[in-house]
Amino acid sequence: MTEIAFLLNGTPVTLSTVPPTRTLLDWLREERGLTGTKEGCNEGDCGACTVMVTDADGSRAFNACLLFLPQLHGKAVRTVEGIAGPDGRLHPVQAAMVEHHGSQCGFCTPGFIVSMAVGHLNGRTDHDDVLAGNLCRCTGYAPIIRAAEAAADAPVPDWMHADRSAVAAFSLAQVSRGSGQSPEAFRPATSDELADWYLAHPDATLIAGATDVGLWVTKQLRDLAPVAFLNGVADLQHIERRGEMLAIGAGVTIERLREEIAPLHPDFAELLRRYASVPVRNAATIGGNIANGSPIGDGPPALIALGATLHLRRGDDIRKLPLEDFFLDYRKQDRQPGEFVLGVTLPASAPALRCYKLSKRFDQDISAVCGCFNIALEGGVVRAARIAFGGMAGIPKRAAAVEAALTGQPWTEAAVRAALPAFAADFTPMTDMRASAAYRLEAARNMLLRYHHDLAGAPVRLLEVQP
Amino acid sequence: MSIAKPLPHDTAALQVTGEARYVDDIPTPAGTLHLAFGLSTVAHGEILSMDLAAVRAAPGVVMVLTAADFDTVPDCSPSAADEPLLATGTVHFVGQPVFLVVAESHLAARKAARLGRIAYRERPAILTVEEALAANSRFETGPVVWTRGAPAAAIAAAPQVIEGSFALGGQEHFYLEGQVSLVLPQEGGDMQVHASTQHPTEIQHKVAHALHLPMSAVKVEVRRMGGGFGGKESQGNWLAVACAVAAARTGRPCKMRYDRDDDMVITGKRHDFRMDYRVGVDAEGRILGAEFLQLCRCGWSQDLSLAIADRAMLHAENAYHLPNVRIESHRLKTNTTSATAYRGFGGPQGVVTIERVIDEIAFRLGLDPLAVRKANYYADCPAALPGTPATTKGAAQTTPYGQEIEDFILHSLTARLEASSGYQARRAAIADWNAGSPVLKRGIALTPVKFGISFTLTFLNQAGALVHVYQDGSIRMNHGGTEMGQGLFRKVAQVAAASFGVDVGQVKITATDTSKVPNTSATAASSGSDLNGMAVKAACDTIRGRMAEFLAERHQVTPAEVFFDEGRVFVGGADYSFAEVATMCYQNRISLSATGFYKTPKIVWDRIKGQGRPFYYFAYGAAVTEVVIDTLTGENRILRADILHDCGASLNPALDRGQIEGAYVQGAGWLTTEELVWDAKGRLTTHAPSTYKIPACSDRPRIFNVDLWDGGNVEDTIYRSKAVGEPPFMLGISAFLALSDAVAACGDGTVYPALDAPATPERVLAAVRRVRGDV
Repeated sequence: MTEIAFLLNGTPVTLSTVPPTRTLLDWLREERGLTGTKEGCNEGDCGACTVMVTDADGSRAFNACLLFLPQLHGKAVRTVEGIAGPDGRLHPVQAAMVEHHGSQCGFCTPGFIVSMAVGHLNGRTDHDDVLAGNLCRCTGYAPIIRAAEAAADAPVPDWMHADRSAVAAFSLAQVSRGSGQSPEAFRPATSDELADWYLAHPDATLIAGATDVGLWVTKQLRDLAPVAFLNGVADLQHIERRGEMLAIGAGVTIERLREEIAPLHPDFAELLRRYASVPVRNAATIGGNIANGSPIGDGPPALIALGATLHLRRGDDIRKLPLEDFFLDYRKQDRQPGEFVLGVTLPASAPALRCYKLSKRFDQDISAVCGCFNIALEGGVVRAARIAFGGMAGIPKRAAAVEAALTGQPWTEAAVRAALPAFAADFTPMTDMRASAAYRLEAARNMLLRYHHDLAGAPVRLLEVQP
Repeated sequence: MSIAKPLPHDTAALQVTGEARYVDDIPTPAGTLHLAFGLSTVAHGEILSMDLAAVRAAPGVVMVLTAADFDTVPDCSPSAADEPLLATGTVHFVGQPVFLVVAESHLAARKAARLGRIAYRERPAILTVEEALAANSRFETGPVVWTRGAPAAAIAAAPQVIEGSFALGGQEHFYLEGQVSLVLPQEGGDMQVHASTQHPTEIQHKVAHALHLPMSAVKVEVRRMGGGFGGKESQGNWLAVACAVAAARTGRPCKMRYDRDDDMVITGKRHDFRMDYRVGVDAEGRILGAEFLQLCRCGWSQDLSLAIADRAMLHAENAYHLPNVRIESHRLKTNTTSATAYRGFGGPQGVVTIERVIDEIAFRLGLDPLAVRKANYYADCPAALPGTPATTKGAAQTTPYGQEIEDFILHSLTARLEASSGYQARRAAIADWNAGSPVLKRGIALTPVKFGISFTLTFLNQAGALVHVYQDGSIRMNHGGTEMGQGLFRKVAQVAAASFGVDVGQVKITATDTSKVPNTSATAASSGSDLNGMAVKAACDTIRGRMAEFLAERHQVTPAEVFFDEGRVFVGGADYSFAEVATMCYQNRISLSATGFYKTPKIVWDRIKGQGRPFYYFAYGAAVTEVVIDTLTGENRILRADILHDCGASLNPALDRGQIEGAYVQGAGWLTTEELVWDAKGRLTTHAPSTYKIPACSDRPRIFNVDLWDGGNVEDTIYRSKAVGEPPFMLGISAFLALSDAVAACGDGTVYPALDAPATPERVLAAVRRVRGDV
């Protein structure tokens, strides 16, 4: 049990007896009677439970099914019940959704409304991306987009700004650092605190964004205590330029990373856009994506292709290693008990980096194959190659044989084709519900061909084809 | 007049604020219990033993039931009494309910349900249609075969014969609101049920049967569903029956909702098929003879499969005149979840098959597929044009099952769409573009739909309504149809408002309730507004007639001289507000309440012979879709869709457009990204939105032009409108065949892509390799 405080639709809430992995969704529906927020999937894939969470960095959309209550400490939550004005006046996106027939069965509608209202507040007009995490089975989305476009120019209603100012005052007045700490649910404020505590509790579960760990609770029905919530660890939130390198803290969310890295690594940023929907990207962290060790996480292949270095800490000991060396075997990493991910460093420039994500659906889908390529050419000859894949092995893995086959060869289609057989030496992929082994291998090979076309400037990008 | 206005969904304003209440949102009384099923983990086997001690001991568990706790295990089937609530000795699919946990909370029930230890003697499982066919595992004694003419001879004599096989996947409904029921025990053993169901009467029937109660003791109420699409026609029976049984035994309210993964594992989906075909064609691609073999995977129980397989046969010809045709349909029984109703009810499977056949004919003959479609269309029917007299008897073409085609409008509808979409010019432009694009290829296709409207089980084509006018002039309307997002309640309210000449806001829409209108049919088969609109109109007209008669007598005119319009009632130079008339009627002891009833005329059907007129009329439409594929990975995008669809004289063009857009995207999803995968042990491995991918926002066409055809209905339907729920689903087939067209552009014209469905990137890439001879 742990004591936490946050604002709910503008009203302060203090909870002193909260199980650490109680989800916001269940609490809203079962204890607060706020049933506008719906459970559609309970795994962050449908968006019916979307809520707005505001902190000092601004307002963002989150999936309430994958938010544990302690993660909200010191923040402001706004549910669909708080999107209309205090006098009942509809928010412009609500009025537009009625006018443009954007709701049919209506069950997904509250989630859409919240996503749209947050997008509207933040001035976003890339509606397809803002709404990629909200599934609708009735409308075919066309009327929802018409509504979003119609509401885009309407001024943001006053009440939508209230959380931003309230949360600042609220955090100062009511949320003392480390208040209500408990052995089952630790909320460190610094990596020093985390290091000490984790050394003493090496069996604990570290929870950053809860976009994967959340499913251990909602789907596997596991009890996770003790847990530590990392979202308050301020010194893991940095994105810093250090000479030719970029240092990224483990606590940086995928969405912040995407926003800030786009000018340097546009292809990586686009991969991160397709990593998951906005609410998932707002919660998930790059540290979690790495530490999780999933063979189908989209962060590691790109980072490995960039030659990223991983920084780990255990107690006072800090070490670093090439990221690819961290992944030992399926779900097995080179991480000691009590050791956690501090962050990664990577080159700030890699003009030849290209990232290709292959999935059944373009948005909010897990990669069948994720291929990331980064070669250095010298006089038309491949001087060095870093190629890494997700979905092709039990771990995110470099294509060492392919790299070797390319290195020292001229960068020609013939040489690329000659390197294709090396894929079979690097990878023995599996067959699952996402793709067959044979298809994975073929697609991976073809991604190298695509990379060759791509660097030559040939059109290979499906998403850029206009009707 | 409220008819034909583009009014919003009746509770749109409540939906956007989160106020609209679904079953799981209804405040429950203190002491409400929560249920979860323990599920079979094997596809076929005998239960040797069940150790449920840990389940019973789990925190919050109140009761655990197995089949042994019943004298007769309640049945949940809508058809054949072959779905025991809990497995009786043998399990038939992975996910079959074996035991029932009743607990103090939803989470406690879910947790406890995982603690059961069940030992099985596994038996060989039949998972595929091929295995079922080999084992003769089927419903009915043998295949259903309908034949017209001499197909074998016609094919033998044809200049060219084309044959092949088409594997066609199923589809998960993915209603956003999962299955849910809440049962509140009443005095004297009566039960009140709140369920998310398209078929309240079926729930009432099954609950009454389970508890040995008369149907009059069970009341089922449905205000709305969070999506249905056919998935809530029969699949909700289990939850309602389980809750009723537990409520009867504990005396406490009981609620059950499936977690999404459980929902996807337990409940039925669209039927997948293997379709084999053989056609003989002439040089213009006209089909001289055709044979279809439809292998339908029904799953472990009968459910609605027979009628669904029938409808696949009834749509095997789609819009094309097949003078010589044989359709053989096998309804195969497998150890998989029982496939069930899904938007189109088998029709889309029949339609997509002949559309792919037409595509292949065109490919073989080097013709534009659209030309082959036109060459095979039924003949134009002048009667289809609004205001023209009925067709001359004896001249009409008939469907393979003998129904006369009286309203065929696809020639002119296709021509208009062909022009408005720029089909021919774009087809040429695409060929040019493809010539200069080695990696990315575009494709385009125009496909039509002709869909039969009526339940093929003829007696279901009936509906009832109950309308009250109160003394203040307010109107309360009830009917047997259910609201699942399609806008039925709004449309029917528009009908009621039109009858009384009042604003639609004056008509109070109420929850479907078996205690108000009995013996309802499922809201299914696109029939909702056709049937319930007519029933409500009948009830309203009865009351209006009484009002008119009363006023006519008072003003010494005939009732026909009393007019209801714009909230006023005009009679003999005087006029009153509608409310004044209601008050006067009340004070003069005129009944202001009436029932209404409707049954669809003209239909007669012998499903065994495959002869008759199963459909009152047909709804039509056509779509042009343009796609682009990546020949290196098979990834693909829909770029543009142009649709022209026939809603007759639309009751509400905004709601109809919503149905068309939504159906198109759902239909395209079925044939592209939505892949159901079972493993070798019969386990569904795509049981959550993380692995089963319905279209997302960016998957809709970049350009999406939707127009309504401006005709009426030759039949006397409610204000000459046409049903719209299912027909536009099949417009998504144009996306599938546009992909086929793009794949074909990768080859030299000798190898047909033979794309199977769903056309995932993996299948598209395999087809690209095939047409390039790189297998």
